[in-house]
Amino acid sequence: MSRKLTIKAFKYNPLSKISKPHFVTYELEETPFMTVFVCLTLIREKMDADLSFDFVCRAGICGSCAMMINGVPKLACKTLTKDYEDGVIELMPMPAFRHIKDLSVNTGEWFEDMCKRVESWVHNEKETDISALEERIEPEVADETFELDRCIECGICVASCATKLMRPNFIGATGLLRTARYLQDPHDHRSIEDFYELVGDDDGVFGCMSLLACEDNCPKNLPLQSKIAYMRRQLVAQKNK
Amino acid sequence: MNIQYSDALVIGGGLAGLRAAIEVAKSGQSVTLLSICPVKRSHSAAVQGGMQASLGNGAKGEGDNEDLHFADTVKGSDWGCDQEVARMFAQTAPKAVRELAAWGVPWTRVTKGPRTVVINAQKTVIEEKEEAHGLINARDFGGTKKWRTCYIADATGHCMLYGVANEAIKHQVKIIDRMEAVRIIHDGKKCLGVIARDLINGQLIAYIARGTMIATGGYGRIYKQTTNAVICEGTGAAIALETGLCRLSNMEAVQFHPTPIVPSGILLTEGCRGDGGILRDVDGYRFMPDYEPEKKELASRDVVSRRMMEHIRKGKGVKSPYGDHLWLDISILGRAHVEKNLRDVQDICKTFNGIDPADEGPKGWAPVLPMQHYSMGGIRTKPTGESQWLDGLFACGEAACWDMHGFNRLGGNSCAETVVAGMIIGDYFAQYCKNNGEVVDTNIVKEFLSKEYQYLKSLVDKEGKYNVFEIKNRMKEIMWDKVAIFRTGEGLKEAVDELEKLYKDSQDVKVHCKELDCANPELEEAYRVPRMLKIALCVAYGALLRTESRGAHYREDYPKRDDLNWMKRTNTYWVEGETLPRVEYEELDIMKMEMPPAFRGYGAKGNIIENPLSEKRQAEVDAIREKMEAEGKSRYEIQDALMPYELQAKFKKPNQRIGVDYE
Repeated sequence: MSRKLTIKAFKYNPLSKISKPHFVTYELEETPFMTVFVCLTLIREKMDADLSFDFVCRAGICGSCAMMINGVPKLACKTLTKDYEDGVIELMPMPAFRHIKDLSVNTGEWFEDMCKRVESWVHNEKETDISALEERIEPEVADETFELDRCIECGICVASCATKLMRPNFIGATGLLRTARYLQDPHDHRSIEDFYELVGDDDGVFGCMSLLACEDNCPKNLPLQSKIAYMRRQLVAQKNK
Repeated sequence: MNIQYSDALVIGGGLAGLRAAIEVAKSGQSVTLLSICPVKRSHSAAVQGGMQASLGNGAKGEGDNEDLHFADTVKGSDWGCDQEVARMFAQTAPKAVRELAAWGVPWTRVTKGPRTVVINAQKTVIEEKEEAHGLINARDFGGTKKWRTCYIADATGHCMLYGVANEAIKHQVKIIDRMEAVRIIHDGKKCLGVIARDLINGQLIAYIARGTMIATGGYGRIYKQTTNAVICEGTGAAIALETGLCRLSNMEAVQFHPTPIVPSGILLTEGCRGDGGILRDVDGYRFMPDYEPEKKELASRDVVSRRMMEHIRKGKGVKSPYGDHLWLDISILGRAHVEKNLRDVQDICKTFNGIDPADEGPKGWAPVLPMQHYSMGGIRTKPTGESQWLDGLFACGEAACWDMHGFNRLGGNSCAETVVAGMIIGDYFAQYCKNNGEVVDTNIVKEFLSKEYQYLKSLVDKEGKYNVFEIKNRMKEIMWDKVAIFRTGEGLKEAVDELEKLYKDSQDVKVHCKELDCANPELEEAYRVPRMLKIALCVAYGALLRTESRGAHYREDYPKRDDLNWMKRTNTYWVEGETLPRVEYEELDIMKMEMPPAFRGYGAKGNIIENPLSEKRQAEVDAIREKMEAEGKSRYEIQDALMPYELQAKFKKPNQRIGVDYE
């Protein structure tokens, strides 16, 4: 029943003077429900201990293992080998982020910068008394905020984005979703003017070309396009005031 | 020589470390936080079900308070916990949830009016009070008297972690990710900081601070079958052990969770059973009521895990290429409930097993088997979070044995502990850093740096005999086969002997890639695996010596909980150059307990070797309570008379609840 898989992995160490970008091919036996996580772990343990890649949760919730899988950015831990008919899988690091080594890219620094740019925290002047009853929130409103809070900062929308590749400073769908998330959250007292200051330019919401790859590839099925459109309408209205 | 200074240093970027770092930043001091991965990828993100806090908002939480939460936690721990710490925790937990709400964590809220829930496999309608509308809701979890687990669908940890990490960024915590602490710098008495290795360029950097905190999580990856993320290797606790001074406590107390999915080991939350999901065997039969008529699927985790294994041993497991398993059925909750409240569970089942758990009948049942889940043991600390043996070293969260979980942790109490301990210990830590000036002899730092460089160089230079991955996998198998849910003296002895040999072998491995100044995954294994083996030896050796069964530690040759001989904590430490840990014990004083040892209310009855002090203390407690109640004293005054405990005033303040205000 089982078949042979061919994994072609990109290898390159930018810190080495002699390393050159190249592919290495590994062959392994497929097992039921095999994921790219399982493949890469086996490759490191049995064939190439030096291959660099990132996994943390291996369950599709932490966002560490996003990489280009046959040209499409995906979470490697959630990618099943059986979905590749010819059994050939080509792995590359995601573009748009600083390359660390082989399949590993630096999403951490990018996302910390994004969080600082959109001031990704609740803005609220009042002091909370944590011994007293919490502020009441309508249940549907809390649920809607949760829907937008589900981004795992995997970077797939960023790597999918043609605007980001042409305009390095573009905040990406994830950054715009974050603004929509805080605009939606009743705990955050920022006005639409405040958000205009943060993302009301071509590096923000007006740079998006609506190519939709961000939403197509998002592993959490987040409503990226409708939220970008929503923010754009809000900010255009603000500009025309 | 690269030396970085800050007032405080935190190792580990999960909920505990981040929350503690915020507390330091708020005190006006500089704080650096090192994390092996981007902090929002920490294992805290994997918390699905929720966080216990006695808010008492929902109809099924009515009447809940700190006293009940405390009692459940002590019983859950099988009387192994520090009761003063459990008190500190129960008092602060409601504050932690409310603070997170103010930081934007989108807790699921109460909707007034009737709603349908599943209790004991029956659809039941409960009525939510008008005055609770819009307040934070809670779901049911194992081992608790009330529905107390606050949640956000089944992505609670994700939302909490993002809320706390964003707040840390706001407070300008200096977060440095892909930076691994590899050695604690100390002068034999005081901790000065750590040597860290940059996982991008391989550089060694000394981080020096007035106080250092380890919040690196648990050690589940020493087991073959675990729900833990691949980074949970216990190496943070191991570097504390390697000082030769710090003690790791109760390392044999390892929790197994009843419902990870087979074979990947990804967890399906306890919320599945809390919300009404049930376990079935090979015949589709619901077996838990036969074993635990009262609590059924919602007895505490150690009990449910053992009952499942017991049932499999009776031949009632489902055969599969990955061994026998049982079924988890959540389809009885209805598709709408699964798709809203257990969405990640559904996603996991679909992706990794091709099952839609909302499908009714056997088609939707998920294969589950108990696997390693949580580490109750860790770096032993005082209630302030500071090590008793090394000044200036603090520990917090799963990496610590603070010790509020004893020998078994209740679901929903670990992510609660991370933020609560982050607040309480974070505050003590901040005070410590403020009160202790810098006394750093850079010669010591220099010496540690050069020693570490020599060590790493020796690892790549050595033409060793062994493959580090083979050693690691063998360790995981030994732990799973011989130091797991059911333990025997014979098996544990074999495990200790074989682990000791593996530890010796781990000093003689061959690293193929010789480069020191870049990411080098094999080198990383070469220095981590010996540390993991030290942790594994502490677990196996502690388990071998503990000739009783308590909480998750179950000895088939000593099936009784032995309060007469084993009301004590195992403290292990490691003398450099030796190949086994040394063990000493710390007594738990029954005469100081607010709740002396008794039956837990689930699991087999009469399975205790009693300590006469329990009865004596219980009589004392009853007398004090009776007298003070007759005098009309408040529950706070009575509690204080029974077991006074220290806690910062801001956390000790009473918590407001609907219906009872601050009473």
